[in-house]
Amino acid sequence: MLGLSDMEWAIVGLSLKVSLVAVLATLPIAYALAWLLARRNFPGRLVLDALVHLPLVVPPVVTGWLLLILFGRSGPIGGWLENSFGLTLVFNWTGAALAAAVMALPLMVRAMRLSIEAVDRRLVGAARTLGASPWRAFVTITLPLSMPGIAAGAMLGFARSLGEFGATITFASNIVGETRTLPLAIYSGLQLPGAEEQVARLAIISILLSLAALLASEVLVRRSAGGRAHVL
Amino acid sequence: MSFEIDLRHQIGEREIALTLQSEARLTALVGVSGAGKTTVLNCIAGLIRPDAGRIAIAGEVLFDGDEGVDLPPEKRRAGYVFQDARLFPHMKVSANLAYGERLARARKAMIDRAELIELLGIEALLERMPSTLSGGETRRVAIGRALLAAPRFLLLDEPFASLDADRAETIRAMIEQVRDRLDVPILLVSHDSDEVGRLAGRVVELD
Repeated sequence: MLGLSDMEWAIVGLSLKVSLVAVLATLPIAYALAWLLARRNFPGRLVLDALVHLPLVVPPVVTGWLLLILFGRSGPIGGWLENSFGLTLVFNWTGAALAAAVMALPLMVRAMRLSIEAVDRRLVGAARTLGASPWRAFVTITLPLSMPGIAAGAMLGFARSLGEFGATITFASNIVGETRTLPLAIYSGLQLPGAEEQVARLAIISILLSLAALLASEVLVRRSAGGRAHVL
Repeated sequence: MSFEIDLRHQIGEREIALTLQSEARLTALVGVSGAGKTTVLNCIAGLIRPDAGRIAIAGEVLFDGDEGVDLPPEKRRAGYVFQDARLFPHMKVSANLAYGERLARARKAMIDRAELIELLGIEALLERMPSTLSGGETRRVAIGRALLAAPRFLLLDEPFASLDADRAETIRAMIEQVRDRLDVPILLVSHDSDEVGRLAGRVVELD
């Protein structure tokens, strides 16, 4: 189909699965963090802000190493997950999704935070005087008006997840059919003599996927905002 | 007593203090711009917490600094018509009108929806988005949205500002209608005592 081999389809499918799960699982967390940072003043806000942004500036291999320490089988969180739920993240596609999620989080929070800050707080006040509880005002005013930012954040996170390499290979390793996503497959191909064509094909697939994600989110955001907002 | 207000609030260097007792159906609060008129309205609506004082309207205490009473805005039932209208930009005019109406459905409506829409002359606007409305249209919709929420009192912030003479006259006639037909105390804020003279039963100066 589409001239892709079974192996290439498997790699693409795995990449999409890992990125999709990473973004969907992170979406509510990222939005909650974005809302906190945009709307609330609390002690430790600067520290939280810095922590959220850390994966953006720390070498990905260090992020992967930290994940290994925390979520490895003998790590405090990883050990607990394994004992309580029989859930293993290392050497598993769920681990690749976790690594992608952590790396995507700062980009998602940034996009959403900007759009929440752009929502006029006086509109929220108006909703309250009309009888809306704080929660109802959030659901009917802040949430829909920040929708373009949610879509933009999800797209950026998805594209970032598709390209995630360093933290993934450190934490989840490079296992065929389990954690070998597109970038890892391209890297593996580069290690083999005579795989140039394979590498080129995977690179083109990677570019097309990212482009599709970008265009899809642009169309989505334009439509939801009635042509008044855009991602690109 | 319609309005019993005694409040003090400090914003930066400026101290706002107001004592007001009025039985009138429509009370006007007049002062130069920057005197803190809108701040007073925000305190009454519950959007700003005053530093000290007491606010009671139509017999109900909304705020009392000494007693620790501070009702949240949604419990105060203010029909607040903001100077900048603050229509919700992502909702059609009809959805804006329905916003407070839906939340107030358990209460007795003070005026029938169809009757109000006719009174305000906004039938033709219901399917429009707020960004396509003129200044006068926007203000009429904002008045309608506030009235449909079954408010216990109305707060009108500069209802004639930035309207030409004809439009201002239309709004004035509507406010007169609301004042005479609906049993709801009105507090109107203006920078110009001339424009409220005909409407107000009581005019209070804010220095």
